[in-house]
Amino acid sequence: MNLPSEHVLQLRHTAAQAIRSFFYTRKFWEVDTPVRLPAPAPELHIVAEPAGAQYLRTSPELHMKRMLTAGAHDIFQLGPCFRAQEYGSRHRPEFMMLEWYRRDADYMIILQDMQDLISHVIDTVSSQTGLSPHFDPSNPWEIHTIQDIYLERAGWDPVSNFDPDRFDLDMVNIIEPSLPPGHCSILMDYPSPVAALARRKPDNPLVAERWELYAGGLELANAFSELTDPVEQRERFEKAVEEKRMRGEAVYPLDEAFLAVLEDDGLPPCAGVALGFDRLLMALTGVEDIACVLPFPH
Amino acid sequence: MFSASDLRKGLKIEVDGTPYVITEYNFMKPGKGQAIYTCRIKSMIDGSTQMKQYRSNDKIDKPELIEKTLVYSYKEADDYVFMDENYEQIHLSEKVLGDQRYFLKEEIEVDVLFHNGQPIGIELPIFVERKIEFTEPGAKGNTATNVMKPATVEGGYELQVPLFVNEGDMIRIDTRTGEYSERVR
Repeated sequence: MNLPSEHVLQLRHTAAQAIRSFFYTRKFWEVDTPVRLPAPAPELHIVAEPAGAQYLRTSPELHMKRMLTAGAHDIFQLGPCFRAQEYGSRHRPEFMMLEWYRRDADYMIILQDMQDLISHVIDTVSSQTGLSPHFDPSNPWEIHTIQDIYLERAGWDPVSNFDPDRFDLDMVNIIEPSLPPGHCSILMDYPSPVAALARRKPDNPLVAERWELYAGGLELANAFSELTDPVEQRERFEKAVEEKRMRGEAVYPLDEAFLAVLEDDGLPPCAGVALGFDRLLMALTGVEDIACVLPFPH
Repeated sequence: MFSASDLRKGLKIEVDGTPYVITEYNFMKPGKGQAIYTCRIKSMIDGSTQMKQYRSNDKIDKPELIEKTLVYSYKEADDYVFMDENYEQIHLSEKVLGDQRYFLKEEIEVDVLFHNGQPIGIELPIFVERKIEFTEPGAKGNTATNVMKPATVEGGYELQVPLFVNEGDMIRIDTRTGEYSERVR
């Protein structure tokens, strides 16, 4: 079969249209940012694909933040991202990412966008394609802090005593499989060593203002109250580069243009969400393999 | 050494000195976390299976496996003696051969797999022919292939054959499953 399935094309079109109409209605600007970058954000465990002397973007995050600094208010982008070596039933090295940022918001405010967006996409897709959605976003969303869910289900506290290997293994072996099918769950307040680009909680610096959305046990989206402090941002980048170097991963130059914008012009307070578009389609249709929702699966 | 990103279905790896083949493979990666590779592995020695998880920085041993084509020559006590191209003798035990020992015949060529110089298994031709030495007579004229009865072939191997197969018939056996395939004459 070298031809894409018509159902998949219709599903993708309808979901993309629903996403765009959702953001247009809320006066978000649709933006586009470079796909080829000289300096992708250094994140541990995320490997950028080289493209000539540059790299394919692993996320549009840093350029979208520069747009906020330039005066854009609320912005979104739906486009391809690339992460080397990621291939499995929930992963492709090239995938579609929806990313949006809201000014003067934090991670709890932007959670409302997330809930409204999921409902809107499900309503649109089910009314236009006749698909009966595999989960119901009007079921109450389960909201857990990382500390509580690990204490309850894995028997230890990753916030007071972080162990990166145990954290990841327990996440895939214990926590994710325990999330109820058919429901949306939010895991929030991640230990600060896995804050990534999230700001730390003002009243508890051991945790970062970050949440992840799950549909059943399938991870769909990641959100932050964005880190705006230029000094802490540079320190985290340098630390991530150092850790990547120690693990034998490729390292790239720091995005000095982004850091200069943070230092000189300042990033306004904002929150952002990155949502895997293909994963969202997996959740809607209830399929176990990402290949089932891709026009060209391999 | 393999790194975790080399793992895939069908890859042969070594764990605690035992060669295994990966029969199931899944790539998982929690948000912002490290890649976790979950594999079901099957022992190439005794066929037992287990689950195994690797993280992105793990290194995995590569088994030293060599395949040689040998000629079966004779049985000596519990050992089966094979000859390589230099007429060197190689002994394989009954334990290594399992049920495949029944399908050996003098001068037959087999591919023998060695792990660290030790023979661990053989690959036979897919079909071998054997004569039925014992089976109860079937009802005359019954050519149904879905009703089976027990039979013993030369060498002592027992299997199920259709009712129309009689003593003295030659049958073809599929060595991958050990099952009856067809009557030859």
